[in-house]
Formats: sequence, structure tokens, C-alpha cells
Amino acid sequence: MHLENISLTHFKNYASQEVAFSPQINCFVGPNGSGKTNLLDAIYYLCLTKSAFNAVDMQNIQHEADFFTIRSSAVKADKSYKLACIQEQGKKKQVSNNGKAYDRVSEHIGEFPCVLIAPDDTQLIKEGSEERRKFFDGILSQLDRVYLDQLMQYGHYLKQRNALLKQFAERQYIEQDLLDSYNSQLFRLGRLIYERRREFILSFIPIFEKHYAMLSDDKEQVGVRYESDVAAADFEQAFRQSQRKDLILKRTTMGVHKDEFVFEIDGFPIKKFGSQGQQKSFLIALKLAQFEILAAEKGTKPLLLLDDIFDKLDDQRIAKLLELVAAQTFGQIFVTDARPERSREILASIEAEVRFFEIQSGRVALIN
Amino acid sequence: MNFPSKLIEDAVNEISRLPGIGKKTALRLVLHLLKEDTSSSMQLAEAIVKLRTEIKYCAKCHNISDAEICQICTSPRRQQQLICVVEDTRDVLAIENTAQYQGLYHVLGGVISPVRGIGPSELKIEQLIERIKTAETPVEEIILALSPTMEGDTTAFFVTKKLKEFNIKVSTIARGIPIGGELEYTDEITLGRSILTRTHYQTD
Ligand SMILES: Nc1ncnc2c1ncn2[C@@H]1O[C@H](COP(=O)(O)OP(=O)(O)OP(=O)(O)O)[C@@H](O)[C@H]1O
Ligand SMILES: [Mg+2]
Ligand SMILES: [Zn+2]
Repeated sequence: MHLENISLTHFKNYASQEVAFSPQINCFVGPNGSGKTNLLDAIYYLCLTKSAFNAVDMQNIQHEADFFTIRSSAVKADKSYKLACIQEQGKKKQVSNNGKAYDRVSEHIGEFPCVLIAPDDTQLIKEGSEERRKFFDGILSQLDRVYLDQLMQYGHYLKQRNALLKQFAERQYIEQDLLDSYNSQLFRLGRLIYERRREFILSFIPIFEKHYAMLSDDKEQVGVRYESDVAAADFEQAFRQSQRKDLILKRTTMGVHKDEFVFEIDGFPIKKFGSQGQQKSFLIALKLAQFEILAAEKGTKPLLLLDDIFDKLDDQRIAKLLELVAAQTFGQIFVTDARPERSREILASIEAEVRFFEIQSGRVALIN
Repeated sequence: MNFPSKLIEDAVNEISRLPGIGKKTALRLVLHLLKEDTSSSMQLAEAIVKLRTEIKYCAKCHNISDAEICQICTSPRRQQQLICVVEDTRDVLAIENTAQYQGLYHVLGGVISPVRGIGPSELKIEQLIERIKTAETPVEEIILALSPTMEGDTTAFFVTKKLKEFNIKVSTIARGIPIGGELEYTDEITLGRSILTRTHYQTD
């Protein structure tokens, strides 16, 4: 699949802009703060109905404006689609495909797969378990609509249960039947989510290992270990026993919303024991595995968004990535770089239609 | 919007608070009222005041009613052993319009949502239990006709738990593929659910 163009109105620092893309490689250069990442984010929005960087939809509307629109003509399996995402101040976000608005925007997720490699991917290793759950849930949500729905329902029931815990704690009174109603929904959905994550990780690991080995010349063993409260045989009993604690903390302390994916290198957590280079390879390998799985399951190559990677990667890893590009592993690619000469030099060796764009404070110009 | 008069502005603000009415429509309604006879505005105001102050709820089913007990509850043609539990009056109207149901109703007045501060005590759940306990004709079946949202499901679950102590059949309305709808175009969630809650095929 690929995007033929994009048209933005009042999106972040873009007042009004149209860009016609190459179906192969598009490179955006320009000074810091000019809007390179914002342009990638607009593409991400069209695919996944949200920003990769700012979860508050309204804050992606250009300052002082009261709406944004992102539009694009996409081509998938020789069919063309008109995609649009519209956010008005104080209103519900609207996503449409060929003029038909989705009842629920989540129905769009997975239709146009996309993978983003960005500098703040390091959060995946450095931050808490939530970041890693988000990563794997992000892949699964693009693969499996039913999973996404279960996940959203789980989150909803969790919010309700936590609100209930708060009320009970304040009123010093418990309606056990009501808590049980939420518990049983969380048990049911939690088990489904756990099974799906477990099964997914098993298929993910070998693909991930393959990409890591390709990227690094060292022979260290890497892995992802999935840990969940739900895995315990007596989970439901343990969950019930933690009710007292839940009431004190006013939140639900056990369940799949606490799941952890441990990133390991030679059996130790990579966060503490991995070198910087190993961590970089690890992150890229995670994203390449995501790309490969989405491409295989969706039957179409996801869009690949590469934000500032020439800055973050050393020559050796860049060379490996370019080998993959040259081998036509990817479909349409969008790259950003603050240094024009560098990307020109790097991409010169690639045989593909490369379009260079210069961005200056929210204005994009083709400079090939 | 700028108004030539504070009186008009106040009226527009009040009317546009109603669901589905924006400022423009409200202004149109206000100007219309001013064009009409004074008496029509008086009648409207009176009807609204009366509605709020004199409205009654049926002591049995909690549906809106002009009398102490509503027409449905007092009707001799209704099956007394059957109670359909719904969220609000609109649901009663919808089911009545199908002309397929001959039992009684019980209006909960909402669904449980702790996030919005609505717990069981804000709804008529205790009253349902009491009603079953004191019913002259023993209740045989409770039909839960709550919307298929997460709040609706939780409420159904909770009510079912509360009904465990009685020996009553509890059922829930079927949900799934719309009639005349095509399988292929039904969303995965609905289709998946319809398969899980499939029903026995009857040939007669
Ligand atoms: N809602 C918004 N309205 C207006 N401007 C915004 C909005 N959100 C972000 N911006 C602006 O966008 C600019 C950042 O753009 P972006 O992150 O795309 O830069 P960049 O070209 O990727 O820079 P770098 O090379 O530093 O990564 C900032 O100047 C920021 O103020
Ligand atoms: Mg940037
Ligand atoms: Zn009644």
C-alpha cells in the first residue's frame, strides 16, 4: 500500500499544506522545529486514528484554530481509498474512508498498517511496563479487531471498578455483588487478553531474534519474556484476596493491565545490562519484527515512518537497514533528517524513486 | 452570537440547553414564539410547569404515569407473571410499539456507572426485588432488556445476581444480526457475539 499525497489543514504547525508523495522513498529535511516529525505524525494519524506523540487530540489542532483535517488518497491492492481524519474543537474525532465515516473510529485501525521508528522508542526499554504493553497491544490491535475491542472493554470495566473502589473507600461500605459483577467481567476479558498476548509473543520471538542477529554482529542471545498475574493457577483467588489492598489503594492491583514484557539479553534485563549499541539494535529489531508480522498478516506492506534515525544510529546499523531497503523489504518509506547533505549521501546509493522535500516552519517544498 | 435584547439571549440560552437544539434553532423558536399570540406562549409555559410539578411515576413499575398505578400495570389483559426490566420510558415505548409483548415492565431509571456516580441505590433495583417478593401473582420470568453496552451488561449481571435468591427464570433479549442485514457486512463483534449466543433452530 502507499499514500499518493497528503493534505493538511490546521494540523500542528501546518496551516494548509498539500504534498504529493513518491510511492517509494520520501525524505523530509529542514531545521529543528520546522515540522518534519509533525508530518510523519499526520500519516500516523491517518493510519491509526491518533497521534504517536500527543494523546490529547485537541492539542494537535493548530494553536488558535478550531479544527484540523488530514486527508489523503491511499492505494492498497490496486484499489484507491480517500482517507480523512477530522477533529473539531470540543467534538468527537471523525475518521472516514471513501466518504463514509466510521461509527467507531477504532474500526479503522489495522486497515492501513503503519510502523514508526522514532528517537523516543528508547522509552520502550527505559520506562515502565505500560510502554511495552502499548507496543505489543499496538501490533495486536492492528492485527485483530476483536482483541482491540476486548482491550477497550477491559479498560472501561477497570475504570468503573476503580471508581467503585474509591466510592466504597469513602463511604466505608461495600456492595460485594457489584464488585463481583466487575470482577467477573475483568476475569473473562483478562483471560482472553492473556491468551492472545501469550500466543502472539510465541510467534513474535523467533522473528525478533532473526532481526536482532542480522543487526548485531555479536552473538548474544536476546528474548522477550511475558509475565502476567493471570498465568497463575490461583489467579482469581489471589485477585479476590487483594480486594482489601485494592480498597486501600483505591485501584485494582492485579490483572492483565499489570502485565510485563521483560526484555532480556543473555538472560538479564537489557535495561540494566545492555550496552547502548545493544539497546539500539534491540529496539530496531522489535520494530522490524513488527513490520514483518504486519506485512505477512495484512498481506500488504505497512507504511514505514523513520524519524531522525540517521541521527540516532551508527553507520553500521544504517548500512544494515539500507541493505533491507535495497532488498525491497519495505514498501513506501518516509524519512526525516535535520541534515540534508547527510540523507542525500546515504540515499544516493539506493535505486528507488526518492523525493526530497524541504520543510521551513510548516511549509513543504519539493527540492529534488 | 450577539442578541439585540437580554430577554432574547436568556430565552435562547435556556432553549439551546435541550438536546439536539443549537443556538440558531433556539433563536428561530424564540422569534416564532414572539410572532404568535401571547396565549400560545402562556400555554406552552403552563404545560412545561405542569409537566414538571405534576408528573407521577407508577408506584409498581416506575414508568411515567398519570395515575398512582399506570395503565399497563392495571390492565387485566397483561400477563402478571412476566416482567421486562428496562432502562427508561423510551424503552417501554419502543417495546410497546412492537405489539409483541404482553407482560409488565420495570423501569430502572438508568444503568450502573460508578464513573458517573450512578450506583444500584440510584436505580429502582431494590424496588424490583421488593416487587417480586410482594407480588400477588408470583413472577415466573424476568426479561432483561438493557442496552448492549458495557454499563447495560454490568447492570444485567448485577440484577441477575440479586435475583438468585428467587426461583425465577431470568432471560435477556437476543442481540445480533439485524433482519434484512447481510452477514458479510455485520461487524465482527456483533457477528462473534451472535455465534456465541446462537439459538436453537425451530422448524414449525
Ligand atoms: N498544536 C500546535 N499548533 C501549532 N504548532 C505546533 C502545535 N504542536 C506542535 N507545534 C509546533 O511544531 C513544531 C515542532 O515540529 P516537529 O516536531 O515536527 O519539528 P521537527 O522538524 O521534527 O524538529 P526536530 O528536527 O527538532 O525533530 C514546534 O515548533 C511546535 O511548537
Ligand atoms: Mg522531529
Ligand atoms: Zn406501572
